Amino acid sequence: MADSPDAPSSEHVKPREVPYCGFCSLPPEYCECKQWLSRNDKVLYSILYNTLEDHLASASLGDDRPEEDRKKAKEAAKIEKKIQQKMQSKVLIKRIERTKRKCVTCVFGLENFDVDLKKAAKLFANKFACGSSVTKNNQGNDEIVVQGDVSDEIFDLILEHWPIVPEDNIDLIEDKKKSK
Amino acid sequence: MLASRRFSVKDDVTGHTQVKSSVQRAIRAKILEQYKEGIEGIIDDVMPKKSPLILMKCHEHINLIVMNNEVLFFNHFDGPYYPTLKLLHKYPNMLPRLQVDRGAIKFVMAGANIMCPGLTSKGARMDVSVPADAVVAITAEGKNEILAVGTTKMSTDDIKRINKNIGVETVHYLNDCLWKSVVVL
Repeated sequence: MADSPDAPSSEHVKPREVPYCGFCSLPPEYCECKQWLSRNDKVLYSILYNTLEDHLASASLGDDRPEEDRKKAKEAAKIEKKIQQKMQSKVLIKRIERTKRKCVTCVFGLENFDVDLKKAAKLFANKFACGSSVTKNNQGNDEIVVQGDVSDEIFDLILEHWPIVPEDNIDLIEDKKKSK
Repeated sequence: MLASRRFSVKDDVTGHTQVKSSVQRAIRAKILEQYKEGIEGIIDDVMPKKSPLILMKCHEHINLIVMNNEVLFFNHFDGPYYPTLKLLHKYPNMLPRLQVDRGAIKFVMAGANIMCPGLTSKGARMDVSVPADAVVAITAEGKNEILAVGTTKMSTDDIKRINKNIGVETVHYLNDCLWKSVVVL
C-alpha cells in the first residue's frame, strides 16, 4: 500500500490488491466513512488518518460515542422518513379491458415497497396460471401486467405475500374501454 | 462522451454475448496496440488467451469487455478501449499517470473534466509527456490510488503552455455509475 513501485516493465507484474471500503466501495483513500476502515484494516487506517487520530479513537472510546450516536440518530431519522414515504405510496391494481370480454390486470407501485417486480410477476404467473410480465408504461415506470381479470385475487395475494404493504394503500380500479 | 454518469447495468445493458475467438483476438490486438509497453507484461494475466471473453453491449454504443465476471475495458463505438478503474488499481503502471492537485479531487470525483491549472499547479505533477488524445490515468496529490481515467484534450506540453481550459476529459471516475456497477459485478 506504500507508494506504487515504478517497476520497469518486467515480464511478470503482479496485480496489486486494493482494498475497497465496505460501505461506499471506494478505495480507502477517497472514502470518507472511516468507520469501516477502522474496523477492518487498522494498519491502513492509522497510516491514512495519522496515528494521532487513531489513538484518540481507540484510547478514549467515550470521545467517539457522541458522534456515533448522532450519526445513528440521523440514520434512524432517515429510515423513518423512508418508511413514512413508503406508507404514503400506493399500490394500484387496475383492470384494463382489452376486448369486450377479455382484460388484463396491471399492478403499479409495488416497487415502492421493495418488491422485486420480476419475482412478483413470476409469482402471479404461477399462482394464476396465466401470462404475467414486467413492462414499462409510457411514463417510464415499471408495472406488472397480468393477463386475465385477477384483481381481487391479486389484492389478497399481495396482502398475504408482502405484509409490509398496508391494506388501505391498495386501490382497485376498473378501466373500461370507451364504447365506440 | 461517455454517459458513465447515468450508466446502470440493469437498464442499459442490451445484451451480452460471448464473442468469437477471432473477435477476441482482434480486441486483444487492439488493446495491445493501444497500450503497447504499458500492458505487454500483463496482458496474459489480464486477458488470458483461452478464457472466454464476453462483450456487453449497452445503449449509445458503449461496449464493456468482461472476463471472469470482471469488467476489464470499455469503449464507445470504435473508440479506444479504456480500462476500468478496478483494473487500473491492480495494474497502475498500465497508463501514463498525471497528478492533479488536492483541490481538484472532489470535482473530479463529481465527474468534472480536468482543467489545465489543476495539472500545472504546485501539487500537481506531469512527469511524462503525452500527446493529445491519449488515454491517461489521473492520480491526486497525496494519494496513491488512481482516481479517474480520461483522454487528454491537448498534449502535456500544451497544457503547460496554454494552461487554460480543459486539459483532460474525464471518462470514468471513482464512484460514477460504471464504477458502482463494476464493483457490484
